[in-house]
Amino acid sequence: MSAVSLKTESWTIAGRTFQSRMLLGTGKFSSSEMMRSSLEASGSEIVTVALRRADLSGGDDPSADILKYLDPQKYLLLPNTSGAMNADEAVRLARLGHAAGLPNWVKLEIHPDPRYLLPDPIETLKAAEILVKEGFVVLPYINADPVLARRLQDVGTATVMPLGAPIGSNRGLETRSQLEIIIEQASVPVIIDAGLGAPSHAASALEMGADGVLINTAIAIASDPVRMAVAFARAVEAGRAAFELGLSPSRRFASPTSPLTGFLNS
Amino acid sequence: MSFLPLLEQLPVRQSALQMRFLSLLSEEKDLEELAAEAQSLTRQNFGKTMRLFAPLYVSNECINICKYCGFSRDNPILRVTLTLEHVLQEARYLAQQGFRNILLVAGEHPRFVSEGYLAECIRQLIQLVPSVSLEVGPMEEAEYRPLVQAGAEGLVVYQETYHQSIYAEMHTAGPKKDFAWRLDCPERAYRAGFRRLGIGALFGLAPWEKEALSLAAHAEYLLKTCWKSSLTLSLPRLRPAAGEFQPKYPLTDREFTRLICALRVCFPQVGLVLSTREPAALRDGLIPVGITMMSAGAHTEPGGYTGVGTESLHRTEKGKAVAVTASEGQFATAQFEISDERSAGEIAQKLRQLGYDPVWKDWDPVLRS
Repeated sequence: MSAVSLKTESWTIAGRTFQSRMLLGTGKFSSSEMMRSSLEASGSEIVTVALRRADLSGGDDPSADILKYLDPQKYLLLPNTSGAMNADEAVRLARLGHAAGLPNWVKLEIHPDPRYLLPDPIETLKAAEILVKEGFVVLPYINADPVLARRLQDVGTATVMPLGAPIGSNRGLETRSQLEIIIEQASVPVIIDAGLGAPSHAASALEMGADGVLINTAIAIASDPVRMAVAFARAVEAGRAAFELGLSPSRRFASPTSPLTGFLNS
Repeated sequence: MSFLPLLEQLPVRQSALQMRFLSLLSEEKDLEELAAEAQSLTRQNFGKTMRLFAPLYVSNECINICKYCGFSRDNPILRVTLTLEHVLQEARYLAQQGFRNILLVAGEHPRFVSEGYLAECIRQLIQLVPSVSLEVGPMEEAEYRPLVQAGAEGLVVYQETYHQSIYAEMHTAGPKKDFAWRLDCPERAYRAGFRRLGIGALFGLAPWEKEALSLAAHAEYLLKTCWKSSLTLSLPRLRPAAGEFQPKYPLTDREFTRLICALRVCFPQVGLVLSTREPAALRDGLIPVGITMMSAGAHTEPGGYTGVGTESLHRTEKGKAVAVTASEGQFATAQFEISDERSAGEIAQKLRQLGYDPVWKDWDPVLRS
């Protein structure tokens, strides 16, 4: 590989600075050990974990020991409220996670439909308002809805996390035109969450100006999750570097390196 | 709304999804190809994970006559309803095995298994395990509400057979005779607030393709009408049980595998359950194909895990309780024989070997509204 560094700008969420622009989810891995190795290989600094899978009683339940595999000194543990079907449940879950010793950061996910896991905009906004007031750093998972993104931003969420496609679908940036508007209008970091199934999808998200991406299924179910984590990490780096450098505009026609009308200058 | 009119029209009117499902059931579709598609969709939607649960039988009293069931009212079996303390003792054993998801099962007998009894069982159980589901006789929506409030998360009810004349032939006495009452049960449970719904058909009672089509149609209907609940499908095949019932329409392993794959391809996000009725080798083979939830180390008799409940054991003769003599045995009779006898630990180890993460806990009671 080339010795030239691709080092990109760091970024900040709620006053905390990160270098890696890839967040990793912890579901669907074949084992907690595999999840941990993939996380290490990815270079991610933020890792989300479903509170419903953890032991929130403050005990040490061996049947719910996912947190044991995540070093809070190394990673920002971002508890998520997956499983919550409305604002009340999400708020309760967030409070309980914090009370159990997890950070006061929360990835707010409210999906009443367990099939496509699409987020409920009304309940998400309601829960975000409550949690922000209580001092939580709120990162809401939303559909790619620019107005909702602004409403959440106004409420004081730390980021917005619009989806590229439904969770686990691996279909990429199907909501591209809406994402472009969200990115253009955002005053908080935009993290594309859900649906990114290939490193090229992640690179594309960063190229278009997203601040970060969250990946889970595509890495967890890969035949070699560790190497796939690295593939995604490089794509994210490449996409961000291209964004920082500025991509040349695309054209409908070829642009000859020797100008066709050069003779006029001679 | 009810699924009944749609079910009755099924022979002449099928949705696009149902037609696709039927085409996948036919031998023309290469099974290996179908299995590969099923595996890929399962991994995409559920990852390399398997939810584990254990049934906890609290009573084998029953007022129904179901020709195929070991608990059928007329079977002269040894019966018991566990006391609350005994239920907890069984649950403690299961929790020690690792289970955080228990399916509370009972025969249908309101005198022994009342809503009050069930509600108290649930309230106590959720202190030990976060997720409790029920498989008990169908109830009214208003009767379900206190059970949801007590902490029950899921409700499982199998239609047994969707073939109405065979249903009538199989269920000759008791409230279970009412086909439509049972058919509409998942919707009553949904309205009462259950978050997980499980349906299923007992394969062996009617021609399997028709049964499968009806089950798929029911699933399609429930995904539209009960959209906030997670749906699981169970495909129990009849096993030897008290009463010596012989299945008239057996489902072969190959057909069973095809059925699982076809359901997965048509319903990528729906949970597919496999119980210990099936033998170990077949279960191991089906894990990577499309199954997402398994029981392990199961007992289908009340008190089966720890041997509790023997002091109130009795035999029933035509519904009347008769004292048990020592020669008749010490324990309550099981609903059916299980086939995969491996312990929870052994199943978890096998899953890891196959590259699957056994998931014990994926629900926290704090989520309950």
